[in-house]
Amino acid sequence: MSVLDRPIATPGYSEADSYPSHHFLNHSKGFLSWALTLDHKRIGLMYLVGVMASFALGGTFALMIRIHLWNFKDGWLSNQTYNQVFTLHGAIMVFLFIIPSIPAALGNFLLPVMLGTKDVAFPRLNLGSFYLWVTGLILFLTALSVTGLDTGWTFYTPYSIETQQGGAVLAATFGVFVLGFSSIFTGLNFIVTINTMRPPGMSWFRMPLFLWALYATSIIQVLATPVLGITVLLLSAERLLGIGIFDPKLNGDPVTFQHFFWFYSHPAVYIMILPAMGIISELMSVHCHKGIFGYRMIAYSSIAIALFGFLVWGHHMFTSGMADVTTIVFSALTFTVSIPSAIKVFNWLGTMYQGTVSLNTPMLYALAFIFLFTIGGLTGLPLGALSTDMHFHDTYFVVAHFHYVMMGGTLVAFLGGVFHWWPKMTGRMFNDKLGIASAIIVFVGFNLTFLPQFVLGSRGMPRRYATYLPEFQPLHQLSTIGSITLGSGLLLALIVLLMSLVNGKKAPRNPWGGATLEWMCSSPPPHDNFSSAPTVGDPYDFSTIEYDARVGGYVKRT
Amino acid sequence: MTAIQETLAPVAIDHADHHHEHPSWLAHHFDDAEQQYDSGKLGMWLFLVTEVLFFSGMFCAYALYRNRNPEVFEFCSSFLNEKLGAINTGVLLFSSLTMAWAVRAAQLRQHQLLVGMLGATLGCAAIFLGVKAVEYSHKMEIGLLPGKLYVAQLDGVHGPHKGYLEFICTIPAICTALCAAYAIYAFATKSLFHQRVAGPMLVAGLCFFGGVGLGQYLEAQEEASKGHGGHGGHQEHHAMVEGHVEHGSHEHAAASESAHTAENKTASEMAANASIAMGGSPDVYIAPNELRTPNADVNQRSMAGLFFSIYYCMTGVHAIHIIGGMIVITWLIVKAARQEFHEQYFGPVDNVGLYWHLVDFIWIYLFPLLYLIT
Repeated sequence: MSVLDRPIATPGYSEADSYPSHHFLNHSKGFLSWALTLDHKRIGLMYLVGVMASFALGGTFALMIRIHLWNFKDGWLSNQTYNQVFTLHGAIMVFLFIIPSIPAALGNFLLPVMLGTKDVAFPRLNLGSFYLWVTGLILFLTALSVTGLDTGWTFYTPYSIETQQGGAVLAATFGVFVLGFSSIFTGLNFIVTINTMRPPGMSWFRMPLFLWALYATSIIQVLATPVLGITVLLLSAERLLGIGIFDPKLNGDPVTFQHFFWFYSHPAVYIMILPAMGIISELMSVHCHKGIFGYRMIAYSSIAIALFGFLVWGHHMFTSGMADVTTIVFSALTFTVSIPSAIKVFNWLGTMYQGTVSLNTPMLYALAFIFLFTIGGLTGLPLGALSTDMHFHDTYFVVAHFHYVMMGGTLVAFLGGVFHWWPKMTGRMFNDKLGIASAIIVFVGFNLTFLPQFVLGSRGMPRRYATYLPEFQPLHQLSTIGSITLGSGLLLALIVLLMSLVNGKKAPRNPWGGATLEWMCSSPPPHDNFSSAPTVGDPYDFSTIEYDARVGGYVKRT
Repeated sequence: MTAIQETLAPVAIDHADHHHEHPSWLAHHFDDAEQQYDSGKLGMWLFLVTEVLFFSGMFCAYALYRNRNPEVFEFCSSFLNEKLGAINTGVLLFSSLTMAWAVRAAQLRQHQLLVGMLGATLGCAAIFLGVKAVEYSHKMEIGLLPGKLYVAQLDGVHGPHKGYLEFICTIPAICTALCAAYAIYAFATKSLFHQRVAGPMLVAGLCFFGGVGLGQYLEAQEEASKGHGGHGGHQEHHAMVEGHVEHGSHEHAAASESAHTAENKTASEMAANASIAMGGSPDVYIAPNELRTPNADVNQRSMAGLFFSIYYCMTGVHAIHIIGGMIVITWLIVKAARQEFHEQYFGPVDNVGLYWHLVDFIWIYLFPLLYLIT
């Protein structure tokens, strides 16, 4: 392993190296230098701002729902408004926040740096993806402001064909179409970059696990999203021209729409969770200062999840009318997905075992992820089993289950990742104590919000209802209190991050002691990432990484 | 692959350039020509995968509904003009040949030939669209429309001429006029570059109308042959339509308007029929020579309409891909006229070629699945 022994490209850390005067943030100035940038780091930061703003919007809708449900009847929203609010909450969170959050924001920033290249393979396409995302956002805001979408984020037919909010349905479906292509092009860019642009020494099994996760995600983005594209296109044609493919009155079949929709939207669940798992792999290893346990199994399980994910869409439709044999096959396949997910959880726990755990903000978010994702995953099993799903279908149990996976999983991992790479992206350290406080408040608030919903669902509270029976009121109120706690925890996290920009101290090259390539370049990275091709070593070999008090961070012993 | 590496490997990088590691055609983040070429190629293949999946949704819908109502597909397919479909298949296959030839010309620095081949491909695409415009407008005229718009009156009588063809041709006409203006400008300024760009574009614009002419001629012939089989009474009318077509008169609309005044009654009957059909009653007259299937109920909105929904969606999305292809081929013509391509940099031609072959390939599936059922 002569490559390993060679010193890294820029040895000898001095004060000047750690706090560069010239980096990608001040490489060029002015609005256009950002709006027309081809630099993956700037595009990643623009995505980060965008997805956070979308999250704030979607989160506001979520709080509106919870406050409305404080009383069992006569909430402060009309029933019609309530329908619009939960639809927009779902659609904005899924299409504008979760799907682009980790791949497009963090992935764009980190993939080339972690890989050791100057940029992604197609920088112009990358900028194009961003503007497609902005277009999708504008279309969603149109749907919001013109009339208000009330079909549920799934756009199920025949409701989406018959609803009075035709303009909103058209705007939103076209928005989904555009956002789909944004997602496709990001995935395409990542696959090509990883395949063709790895520097010498960066073999497949020397890639950080975050890149494996992004690669698996990209495969799903490229293979599943076009089907959603054609589905929403046919739905728009249905609305505009009445082509009848999904309309039972014209001999069409609404269940076909559900099949088409879930053929994308179930794999999309893995678009949302796989990159989160990648982040956790990085966080676990770096903050335990210990090599990842079972590297190959984690890498392979990402690919396995991506492939199994395509075969299980029918479990969303057990009550929609399918042949008995089909439902049994879909149910059995659903259980197979739990195997690679469990492998990952096992490996993360194995990584922590006998590690030197630093309980800082990113690590606390990672620990929260493991708890919440495990609960979310295990409650998926009764939903994948045919007999119990008949009872749980369309109840709060489903709502709680996917919030544990999507929010407790993806959002918490996203926050952990943002805190972990924040010093790298902005060059500033945040206040760790307040960060830890935010992680604890988020964890408590989250469980307070969604644990009662499991109980509600198993007692028969249906989802998407604006009113409910009086006996459910205490649990609903508990959930509402939890949601406000959760919201304040998230707000605190945002304040911690923004404060660091004002008064945070400058970040060293390697504040956490990571061994992957992004910690080898300055914080923030220079415009070209690496002046010469970096030397690639084992991404999880921490034996040569040591704390150096002079720079306030870790350095690699040469 | 090995052939490509041979082409790429032996040529030394242009040392005259100041940044000798990065000539202008090599993007800054790539190490060498091979990496750039491989990235572009992989990217295009992945894009083609997404395209296949994009169309697969519609192929699935086709399979589902054909499986459910095979007689509807057989019946409706007989309204598609196989001759026109076959001609379009041939045109697209030929355009794939010219596209592949263009890739070779780019590799061998045959700049003139490259522009010619790209122009030929563009022209074929325009012929395809011209023929398609005739097919669409003809079907729309007799009410073979998708889904709930389906109002076909299949007795061989035309309703009032609605001018769909003229409507479809408006945008190509404007584009051709602009191309002609550009060509005049190019020849006036004697700029070789502009001539090389404007020439193929103008030819392509004219090819569209060539396709329209060809389509109308064949469509009229088809109608005439059908007319002989059955209703003598309508034969005269068919002959009249054929006459219009052969003269290629632009007063078509006005002339047929007067020809149809006598048939206004038929038109109003048709409207009445349409409203009956709205109510669900299949009270529509079907000419015996059209009736090739025992199930007469197929000629209604919920049956035939669904076939034409699938027909318009599939061929329409395919046509949009043809238009997209024409735009990128035009971009290639501009680059080719600047003589940008050489043995180390021909990736764009190669990749657009791949895309073009896929569009051709999808049509090769669409043609038998839609036109050749019976």
